[in-house]
Amino acid sequence: MAKRLDIQDLNLHYGKFHAVQDVSLQVHARGVTAFIGPSGCGKSTVLRALNRMHEVIAGARVEGKVLLDGEDVYASNVDPVQVRRTIGMVFQRANPFPTMSIRDNVVAGLKLAGEKNKKHLDEVAERSLRSANLWEEVKDRLNKPGGSLSGGQQQRLCIARAVAVQPDVLLMDEPCSALDPISTLAIEDLIAELKKDYTIVIVTHNMQQAARVSDQTAFFNLRAVGEPGQLVEIEETGKIFSNPNQKATEDYISGRFG
Amino acid sequence: MTDSTKSERHPADAEPGAAAAPSGPQDPKTPAEPRSDSKVVRIGDRVFHSVATGSGVFVIALIAAIGLFLLIRAIPSLQANEVSFLFSREWQAGDPDNLRFGIIDLAWITVASSLVALVLAMPTAFGISLFLTQYAPRSLARPFAYVVDLLAAVPSVIYGLWGFLVLTPVISPVAVWLNTNLGWIPLFADGNIPVGTGSNVFVAGIVLAVMILPIITGVTREVFERTPTVQIEGALALGATKWEVVRTTVWPFGRNGFIGGSMLGLGRALGETVALTVILSATQEAPSYSIFDAGATFASKIALGSAEFNNNMTVGAYISAGLVLFVTTFAVNALARWIEGRSGKGKE
Ligand SMILES: Nc1ncnc2c1ncn2[C@@H]1O[C@H](COP(=O)(O)OP(=O)(O)OP(=O)(O)O)[C@@H](O)[C@H]1O
Ligand SMILES: [Mg+2]
Repeated sequence: MAKRLDIQDLNLHYGKFHAVQDVSLQVHARGVTAFIGPSGCGKSTVLRALNRMHEVIAGARVEGKVLLDGEDVYASNVDPVQVRRTIGMVFQRANPFPTMSIRDNVVAGLKLAGEKNKKHLDEVAERSLRSANLWEEVKDRLNKPGGSLSGGQQQRLCIARAVAVQPDVLLMDEPCSALDPISTLAIEDLIAELKKDYTIVIVTHNMQQAARVSDQTAFFNLRAVGEPGQLVEIEETGKIFSNPNQKATEDYISGRFG
Repeated sequence: MTDSTKSERHPADAEPGAAAAPSGPQDPKTPAEPRSDSKVVRIGDRVFHSVATGSGVFVIALIAAIGLFLLIRAIPSLQANEVSFLFSREWQAGDPDNLRFGIIDLAWITVASSLVALVLAMPTAFGISLFLTQYAPRSLARPFAYVVDLLAAVPSVIYGLWGFLVLTPVISPVAVWLNTNLGWIPLFADGNIPVGTGSNVFVAGIVLAVMILPIITGVTREVFERTPTVQIEGALALGATKWEVVRTTVWPFGRNGFIGGSMLGLGRALGETVALTVILSATQEAPSYSIFDAGATFASKIALGSAEFNNNMTVGAYISAGLVLFVTTFAVNALARWIEGRSGKGKE
């Protein structure tokens, strides 16, 4: 069940370091929102704040609101574990549980949520692997360890694992940065497929990728090293890449940055 | 966290000055790598390589020599032994013309006290390591870990006195309770000294548990700390609770290290002498194979026997017992290293 995200006045800190300042933006349901910007401007930090992964880092702090269909995920009565179950995440480096079997990797989230019915788990494993375009490649070795797959397959396994719990939102932090062009295309196709059912936020350094997969694009920047990162603008993707409002955005996407 | 630990662990990887490198000498890549400035480095490499290989060979030769020495001294006495060395409960080694010595009772006291120690120390060490690496705030974890490490610095005779004088009276109600309620299990039946007052294997096991706790905790803490952050975050992002993160990532990665560390602790416990001599020497009676026995371990038997060391045959009898202990501890330690080494596999 796709939901929209409404980020209001988000400020993020690592100890004394103010990493991200005053970010407000909306992530539409059933669509892809891309985060772009130079390294260190806080894209990952913002992304990780959306499913409360930011706070697992010692000393990290969050101010502001993240509303999931109007409900603040940072409200005092909300359990961060529950938030992470409804807002899934795919990381830059594929991180399947290496000793767990492929099947168990896919259904790990469901098992954590208490699902025991083997038949149901098998069904979900197949459905999720199919939707991650991995089923054909692994259907004959579901009991092999997750670590035995290639890098691109591992990343698709992680996507399958994330969609298996049918999250409201799917966060992806540079999911293709360690992959070859073919695997990258496979995952881009997958994103296009998934956005029919999911709300997706993707961080990417690849401009073409942002242009290809996303509906709206947010450009982040930082004024200088050591200053907090900020949101420069967020616009419909076509507009960002053809006729952005801000000069900084245009410089960045045309490679005239810095 | 992971990265910083790694760079601390392998400072040598970053620097070419190999003479200072503490890492293994058998790395074939280092000398083979062509480098433009390689002249000096290669000499350093070669020197380091020979020094490291040399000391390795020396250590192995030393161990082999000790084993051989023990074996040569033991054989004549073993041949003269009138009873079964492995299965006899007698120990009459004083008369060189009538040697009657068997190790079964020594083995019982040694193994029983070490196993009691493991049963108590393993879960404790697991809990402490988990707490220190996953739950405790950094400011608390460091001093706490330091205190646990300090346990290793207490001399073992102090542990012995503590066990004998302080722990025995404190723990005897527990011993009595176990004996009364679970006495139908042979392990908890009456021993060869009164349950309520004696310093027995049970007390010895508790003392040994405290003594090996720093070893097990040290190893376990380190492997738990090395759990890759990406794995922990992967589990968290699936909605795992802290405990589920431990179950799905920390434990699979650290299990072998924990078991290896426990085996190292076992090796230490098997050979412990002074503390157990103090605690367990209350009786000469043969043990009745309960944890409420007192008696002698391999090591304490040998220590107590020194008054008899006046002829080669008697010494040979004690050396035979020593040889068994030597081989056992050696095997346990080797196994520990092997298991521990496997914990790094499949990582990253
Ligand atoms: N765990 C951390 N502890 C302290 N500071 C951090 C931590 N993670 C990130 N930072 C800092 O926060 C700022 C934003 O980092 P972030 O990882 O969000 O950047 P990013 O936009 O994702 O960069 P990249 O494109 O290189 O991934 C950087 O200055 C970074 O050094
Ligand atoms: Mg990043």
